Amino acid sequence: MKDAFGAPQSLLVLGGTSEIGLATARRLIARRTRTVWLAGRPSPALTAAADSLRALGADVHTVPFDALDTESHEERLGKIFTEGDIDMVLLAFGVPGDQARDESDPVAAVRVAQTNYTGAVSAGLVCAGALQAQGHGSLVVLSSVAGERARRADFIYGSSKAGLDAFAQGLGDALHGTGVHVMVVRPGFVRSRRTAGLAEGPLPTTPEAVASAIELGLRRRSETVWVPGALRMVMAAVRHAPRPLFRRLPV
Amino acid sequence: MPHFNTGISDRDGYTVTLMAVETHVLDDDCVALSGWGRTAPTLARVYRPRGHAEAAEAVRAHGARGTIARGTIARGLGRAYGDAAQNAGGTVLDMTGLDRILAVDATTGLVVCEAGVSLHRLMAALLPLGWFVPVTPATRYVTVGGAVASDVHGTNHQVVGSFARHVTALELLTADGGVRTVPPGTPLFDATTGGMGLTGVILSVTLRLLPVETSLMSVDTERARDLDDLMDRLGSTGHRRSHSVAWIDLLARGAATGRAVLTRADHAPYDALPRRHRARREPLAFRPGRLPAPPPYVPGGLLNRTTVGLLNELRYRRAARASTGRLQPLTAFFHPLDGIPHRNRVYGREGVVPYRFVVPYGQEEALRRVVLRIAARGCPSSPATLRRFGAGGPGWLSFPRPGWALALDLPAGLPGLGAFLDALDEEVAGAGGRVCLAQDSRVRPEALAAMYPRLDEFRALRAELDPRSTFTSDLSRRLAL
Ligand SMILES: Cc1cc2nc3c(=O)[nH]c(=O)nc-3n(C[C@H](O)[C@H](O)[C@H](O)COP(=O)(O)OP(=O)(O)OC[C@H]3O[C@@H](n4cnc5c(N)ncnc54)[C@H](O)[C@@H]3O)c2cc1C
Ligand SMILES: NC(=O)c1ccc[n+]([C@@H]2O[C@H](COP(=O)([O-])OP(=O)(O)OC[C@H]3O[C@@H](n4cnc5c(N)ncnc54)[C@H](OP(=O)(O)O)[C@@H]3O)[C@@H](O)[C@H]2O)c1
Repeated sequence: MKDAFGAPQSLLVLGGTSEIGLATARRLIARRTRTVWLAGRPSPALTAAADSLRALGADVHTVPFDALDTESHEERLGKIFTEGDIDMVLLAFGVPGDQARDESDPVAAVRVAQTNYTGAVSAGLVCAGALQAQGHGSLVVLSSVAGERARRADFIYGSSKAGLDAFAQGLGDALHGTGVHVMVVRPGFVRSRRTAGLAEGPLPTTPEAVASAIELGLRRRSETVWVPGALRMVMAAVRHAPRPLFRRLPV
Repeated sequence: MPHFNTGISDRDGYTVTLMAVETHVLDDDCVALSGWGRTAPTLARVYRPRGHAEAAEAVRAHGARGTIARGTIARGLGRAYGDAAQNAGGTVLDMTGLDRILAVDATTGLVVCEAGVSLHRLMAALLPLGWFVPVTPATRYVTVGGAVASDVHGTNHQVVGSFARHVTALELLTADGGVRTVPPGTPLFDATTGGMGLTGVILSVTLRLLPVETSLMSVDTERARDLDDLMDRLGSTGHRRSHSVAWIDLLARGAATGRAVLTRADHAPYDALPRRHRARREPLAFRPGRLPAPPPYVPGGLLNRTTVGLLNELRYRRAARASTGRLQPLTAFFHPLDGIPHRNRVYGREGVVPYRFVVPYGQEEALRRVVLRIAARGCPSSPATLRRFGAGGPGWLSFPRPGWALALDLPAGLPGLGAFLDALDEEVAGAGGRVCLAQDSRVRPEALAAMYPRLDEFRALRAELDPRSTFTSDLSRRLAL
């Protein structure tokens, strides 16, 4: 169960090797989390991630999970909930794709959409149902500022996140008052393995900063969290910029 | 055997509502419930049994084929701050439907009532007969069942002990659907008093009352300039008042750390009323006042260092430096804040986290360290109380034990509060003290065993009495009780 500050005792990370996901798990283990489920594609990285959390004293399990294999979600994820309550699910999987290549490789582009959007719809619904049955819990969805307004530079990824974001908001409204809380997290540019070498966006942040924003959002039972917080105002302006101007913005 | 001569009918009582953060209706009786602190709401199906049979049926229905077994728990008036009376995904039995006072013996001072009767109603019914509840918490809007399940204490703990000591019998609906009469001195009684509803549903309680001649208190007040002064005054034996409590200013720093207003009181005897005092005509009148409620949405952060500091300053300055024998209505002395409905809203959306602990006598240093840490941090706690507890009762998970008991409320939104309180827990547990389960919404499960040495016995009894964990609450899940 979560305590008065929203700190969960058990955590399920979908995308078990995600840097943001693991930073969040570390932060929550320092508070109340004792049981962690890492769901992801089996790999040495997943095993190493589990070991790194075990070293912090958590009881860690890994489960095979592929976002693209939506047929299996119900069974795979459902089984986790039969082992005990999950206080928080962190939907952390996602692929950035390679915009330049994907524009000329529709199959690859579709894979980005299927991972980030379709896969999340499926896993999100399965987890939401299970949380609803247990009468409590938070579903934390890692969206992105890229979904707020699609940019020329990454509109394939951006559109998949836009879909995910809209889905998560709607799900949050559907579950309002059910004891289940859905929180949409919109990080800006996060300095991490996956963004190493890329040109930094405005207001760059870190996985640790995202993790602490998530912890705060849990306490406040927030519905939307921007990281860093200043992005909320920035993106409010960006959202309303006229198209001709927006096209020319260096974002 | 006492002879019961009066049956008081109900229905004229105070109407109450379930406290909930949100009452969004999914299907008819699913409600998001939280405790008085308004933190960590969860969804449960709420049943409101109107009698023993309906309650028994609800308990038996648990685990019947087709239902997901998430258990059930009794709920009174939801005054526990934390998650004791909620049960995510399961059922919650709203006991306020069992609200009959079954019998009163006005000669010997015994009352038999159903568990959903509030102390407020008991007072209203019994005061005119010259009887008062022996123990009352700082709010009278709690049910008798809740008072037993949390084994509540009052400002007279040193003299009369906690609530359960005055219970001469109770009827308990257990997991098998049967009803047992449980007398004091049995393991089931000791597990149930302070057992947070986890041994079963208390259906009715026989309570020994306290005779009073008036509905007034005779109150002495003195000021203590700092913590040492306060402990000296509280510990001094030269007074005979049965109630004593200190309001302590936890924002005062430096030399004034721990400054307090100390009050001691007794029920005023009729003869102590001045001539021509209006209470001479109606000495046993029960007239609690009501004030308007705060609006439903209060911005967080209203109670900050500045506002609370001001309030504390006022409280300290307003108190007489020393006065004796001032007459005060019962309700103003025991329940000064009960006049304001929904007053827990003032903490805003994020709610309030109580911190209630006791450290044994001889561990004054630990108490001092905790007070210094709270003062140094500038926690806007209003109002904090310090009391002395007397001998503990037999309840296995009962909170009171001999020692210094400090109680404060903190806005849940204070940054870093969770970790701060964890650190205080270590101080408290290290000194052989404990935090109060009825008020808890955050303690680390690992810290509990040291605080409650009879926890294992409690678990063992539950495992035997209720192997399928029919009685389950968010509290029991969080702390693996
Ligand atoms: C402003 C305020 C001041 C307070 N001051 C004090 C104080 O001075 N001293 C003190 O000791 N406490 C104090 N309390 C705590 C309060 O007295 C307890 O939490 C009490 O249990 C609340 O009773 P309730 O009827 O509201 O029960 P709830 O909050 O609804 O439930 C509390 C617990 O009792 C159990 N329970 C309730 N009814 C039954 C039943 N029929 N059968 C079995 N279990 C049942 C529940 O399962 C739960 O575990 C205070 C609370 C508030 C809000
Ligand atoms: N980093 C940023 O700048 C940034 C900014 C805004 C939002 N976000 C979002 O935040 C989330 C986490 O980001 P991150 O930086 O932590 O990314 P990351 O370290 O690259 O992690 C991505 C995770 O997604 C998993 N994944 C990818 N495809 C999968 C599939 N088909 N099935 C199952 N798992 C799959 C990966 O697992 P494998 O190990 O198996 O590949 C990995 O665990 C993502 O949704 C991302 O879009 C990131």
